[in-house]
Amino acid sequence: MSLDTTMHRIDLPALIAAVADTVSAHADELTALDQAIGDGDHGLNMKRGFEAVRAETATLAEKPLPDALKAIGTKLVMTVGGASGPLFGTLFLALGKELPAEPGRAELAAAFGKAVDAVAARGKSQAGQKTMLDVLYPVQAALAAGKTGAEIADAGDAAAETTKPMKAIRGRASFLGDRSIGHVDPGARSSALIVRIVTETLERDA
Amino acid sequence: MKNVGIVIVSHSAKVAEGTADMVRQMVGDEVPLAWCGGNPEGGLGTSVEAIMQAIDSAWSEAGVAILVDLGGAETNSEMAIEMIGEPRAGRIVVCNAPIVEGAVMAATEASGGASLKEVVATAHELAPA
Repeated sequence: MSLDTTMHRIDLPALIAAVADTVSAHADELTALDQAIGDGDHGLNMKRGFEAVRAETATLAEKPLPDALKAIGTKLVMTVGGASGPLFGTLFLALGKELPAEPGRAELAAAFGKAVDAVAARGKSQAGQKTMLDVLYPVQAALAAGKTGAEIADAGDAAAETTKPMKAIRGRASFLGDRSIGHVDPGARSSALIVRIVTETLERDA
Repeated sequence: MKNVGIVIVSHSAKVAEGTADMVRQMVGDEVPLAWCGGNPEGGLGTSVEAIMQAIDSAWSEAGVAILVDLGGAETNSEMAIEMIGEPRAGRIVVCNAPIVEGAVMAATEASGGASLKEVVATAHELAPA
């Protein structure tokens, strides 16, 4: 099954559980990446945020998709605690604002593009600065180009790796200057992890 | 209160509280002042909800200037302003200044009845070129 046929009937509780499981399972890895170039709290922060979202599953499942996404964004903003709260929160808030209740592929690609732009505005950042944007832009391009879920997930993983030789210009890692080179950006890695589990879950449940 | 309010947002509650103590000692009770520090679990970090509450508590019709420490404090403060929304959002500014020096200078300026624009400009003079 392709992503296209699944967008109309998203199993939100399954999606929330899968994302929270993935983020929690990788919390230590994300924290280790963040200890190399940030302040070492990315894994714990993301886990706290997505576990808080999981706790609201029943309420979220009753809402239309756009409202549920907005509520997830607000929850992340309020519970993550680091800069990733507003950044990931903005991604979901903007998706909720842009998506129709029953989106198809074209609407999803367009809404995701606007959501990524909103994240860039929130972080005052752009592609090539060793951030989550370096994963989100290629993922958006793959989505818009009609790639399969697996291809989109692979594009995300490959994009996260490209942050390794980059020098950080935004965020805490920018304090390290050249010493930020050689490490994968934690936000890029967590973005790629979430993209993979979302695409896999959507296609599995199709 | 007609003077501009000052909000101090640090990753550490101790840093935020200590900075607020210094401001109080220098300018007394002439400016509305609030601080917050720590993530929603009480560890190091910042909390959008706590920042929104601090802005409420230091609110002045003349506006509020926020002083922050590291990156996440700035992003979370901007998010808090957006969630507070208009008409108040337009009268809340995150200053580009070192947190301790910025808070003291901004509060000193505010205690003399300066406008939000003047308070923010005074803090910005401390920013590294």
